[in-house]
Amino acid sequence: MSGVNDFAFKMATVNGTGSASANGLLMQAIFRMGIPVTGKNIFPSNIQGLPTWYEVRVSKDGYTARPEEIDLAVALNTSTYAQDVASVRPGGYLLYDATWPLDESLHREDITMLGVPFGGLCVENFEGDRARTLLRNIVYTGTLAALFGIDMDIVSEMLREKFSKKKSLLDANFRAIALGHDYAVKHFTCPLPFHLERMNATADSIVIDGNTASALGCVFAGATVGAWYPITPSTSLMEAYKGFCEQYRKDPVTGERRYAMIQAEDELAAAGMVIGAGWAGARSFTSTAGPGISLMEEFIGLAYYTEVPAVFFDVQRTGPSTGMPTRTQQGDLMAIAYASHGDTKHLALYPANPAECFTMARDAFDLAEHFQTPVFVVSDLDIGMNDWMVPRFTWDDAYRPDRGKVLTAEELEKITKFARYIDVDGDGITARTLPGVSPKGAYFTRGSGHDKNGAYTEDSDAYQEVVDRIARKINGAAAAVPAPEIHRHDDAEVALVSIGGCHAAVLEAVDRLGAQGITADYMRIRGFPFAEAVFDFINEHETVFVVEQNRDAQLRSMLAIETGIPRDHMIPLLDYGGLPLTAQRVVSAVTAHLQGAAV
Amino acid sequence: MTSIVKPPVKHPSLPTNALGLTRRDYEGAMSTLCAGCGHDSITAAIVQAFWELDVPPHRAAKMSGIGCSSKTTAYFMRQSHGFNGVHGRMPALTTGANAANRDLTYIGISGDGDSLSIGLGQFCHAIRRNVNMLYVLENNGVYGLTKGQFSASADVGSTSKKGEANEQPPIDPVLLALSLGATFVARGFSGDKEQLVPMLKAGLRHNGFGFIDVISPCVSFNDHVGSTKSYRYTREHYEALSPVDFVPVRREIRAPQGAGQATSVTMHDGSVVRFRKTGEDYDPTNRDGAYEHVREHERKGEVVTGLLFIDERSRDMHAVNHTAPQPLVELPYESLCPGNAALQTLMDEYR
Repeated sequence: MSGVNDFAFKMATVNGTGSASANGLLMQAIFRMGIPVTGKNIFPSNIQGLPTWYEVRVSKDGYTARPEEIDLAVALNTSTYAQDVASVRPGGYLLYDATWPLDESLHREDITMLGVPFGGLCVENFEGDRARTLLRNIVYTGTLAALFGIDMDIVSEMLREKFSKKKSLLDANFRAIALGHDYAVKHFTCPLPFHLERMNATADSIVIDGNTASALGCVFAGATVGAWYPITPSTSLMEAYKGFCEQYRKDPVTGERRYAMIQAEDELAAAGMVIGAGWAGARSFTSTAGPGISLMEEFIGLAYYTEVPAVFFDVQRTGPSTGMPTRTQQGDLMAIAYASHGDTKHLALYPANPAECFTMARDAFDLAEHFQTPVFVVSDLDIGMNDWMVPRFTWDDAYRPDRGKVLTAEELEKITKFARYIDVDGDGITARTLPGVSPKGAYFTRGSGHDKNGAYTEDSDAYQEVVDRIARKINGAAAAVPAPEIHRHDDAEVALVSIGGCHAAVLEAVDRLGAQGITADYMRIRGFPFAEAVFDFINEHETVFVVEQNRDAQLRSMLAIETGIPRDHMIPLLDYGGLPLTAQRVVSAVTAHLQGAAV
Repeated sequence: MTSIVKPPVKHPSLPTNALGLTRRDYEGAMSTLCAGCGHDSITAAIVQAFWELDVPPHRAAKMSGIGCSSKTTAYFMRQSHGFNGVHGRMPALTTGANAANRDLTYIGISGDGDSLSIGLGQFCHAIRRNVNMLYVLENNGVYGLTKGQFSASADVGSTSKKGEANEQPPIDPVLLALSLGATFVARGFSGDKEQLVPMLKAGLRHNGFGFIDVISPCVSFNDHVGSTKSYRYTREHYEALSPVDFVPVRREIRAPQGAGQATSVTMHDGSVVRFRKTGEDYDPTNRDGAYEHVREHERKGEVVTGLLFIDERSRDMHAVNHTAPQPLVELPYESLCPGNAALQTLMDEYR
């Protein structure tokens, strides 16, 4: 399948040795050549010394899903040599460190072994263990640049940008790049049959990860309070928020900050802080992962029942329990939809890529304040932490936050008596007041049973009146959350339904199935509660696959619960090993099913 | 934010404060606690303190968790917003609310179960952050709402109503607060309103976390012979060390009786806490001394009350964070959103 501007390669290294920055450099150089590219970091839950991989997919057609075939592997981690050698497709290449002879058992006849004495070159040219370790990554970057035909001017430009303030490092990096590059040119036929040629397909794009994009969305949406407890893979979201706020929200003269970011003692406290801030009138948010959601559930129920806006980012990782913290999954779908004890249901938005993380962050704050309820932005490790090529973000300067029904002091003066939970407009959304505004707006917020005035109650009717209205309010949000993205064709044979991070792989699978003569309609769900269009799409197709990344077909269960559509009508297509979904996985399952085999 | 003062409707027999409000204006709903509950006395002292400080009720926020003590926020200041959240998590809600709106006066009411068991972590971290609030721990050594289990503040040897003796060492919130770096630490007794009101006022004005542990006997489950948190035991072992006067900045500072022997501590807003010495040479600005003093009296079986420690240079959460002086909730959106031009410049860095 590989060819010019259409191949995949991966670097197998040891974490903590500086390979991440070299890999990022490679990806960005390809991007600057105008060629669509995606990078996926498959890393351990560890600081130093364990195997880590970085996969780069180059796709002239703009496909961004994880590649299923590796055309070239850079094997620099002896502990995973066997696995890395085996991962190369027949006819592919292995680039290894020839400082030491490669074990005979690792030889493969069906691939080309390219040996470069990376270690030896570094020992000869650089002083000190740390420098040699770090620069080995730059040497292999130089070799790959030669093998793939990466524009060396771009590489030089990037090194200059990176080390503009450190001349000695710049010189060493230039030497390292040249060492790797020149060795390849001298010993191998460069470039390889699959290689890079300049395109002009990335001019309007950026390379960004979802957590950074979410953080940026928070800043632009006007969020002022962020509280969190560090947890992989969501930590970088809060750190990015702080970084952007230091850039945009800090008075250059006084140093005063127009934001508050609090590192909480645990996720329980983080949730409480966010709800306290939302109650006081700030746009507030937290970012976490599955274990944090478990801890936050009590507070989530409080915010739901007391009707306090708050935004929660869940960057999902592999569960249950601690699970695999550095692997991706969509295992929190149900936990979030119905989080906390008692009858609850929550608004959730499911971005498929960093571009949607940016816009959905903004939407989440508007929805939270409009509906006075917790709103969840449910992404995953793959979206949150990996580098994606997406269209440049823009911002509409005419945007103003939807603060929902918040009574001002003047409005309160006009009414006889304020009651917190009386549904005046018939939409289930009642007016709220903020503390400090007016003595007339004072009310007592309580998680205990309350009537429509907010007063404590143990009366069945008074209690039910409030919870029934809340149910109406939440169901009413189905039309306000992001609508599903639907791709329809004439005479579709099958339909695919997916969510969040599955999107890239399913889109590609739809194309590939089409090439095989199987026309597939496709719907990507973007919000919960589900819109009418979701029910209609499923109902109008005979064969519906629900593609998701968890073991128990949680999305399918939610669809069955919410729509009443029988489970049997929806065929689960599951992938939950912790790695990003590939298009091939979807294509194989669909074709196997159509041929009568079990998925 | 507009501040609306309630029209001063003067009841002929009730005195008014500077806002023209009577104590009645600072009251709340009827208490549903047991008759004689120490908590109700504390509620009355809180009403008095807010009234005397001339705090506009709607500029205060009442925060609480779960338990008998936490219910009491409904029993004072009906014109204030209140948030009765989840068990042991009042500090988090208050921290968030305070982060959003630093201009309100926050009072958090908690109990020994709420603060020292389920909420011990949040209590400690609110102290570390020095959240600007008054934190009142209504301490009765027992779980009342669930009918009489020991709490973490129950003393060794103290017996339950059924006669069982507690054998686990207590957590003393005052010693804990002192060791965590709390900037204002006091202990009171619900039966001594004269001492409690000025301490509450000082705690409300303190620029940071004002902590007052108030021994507040539970008449239903912990007021029997054998209990060390009963009215009788507390009165017998009560050591009112340093009667306190709180002199708000607005008012003329007048020397109380025996002022020649008083130690004055100036608060951040210029108001003054004055300790009248009662025979002991006590320095409320010495943390180690305060700790030792409490321990020394504990060894003698005495409960020391009074304002035990105050850090005059206290920097609250916002000071440490360098938050803008204007409350975050009042910042116009335009000052928060960088705008599309800035975004496009930023986008170039992601290429």
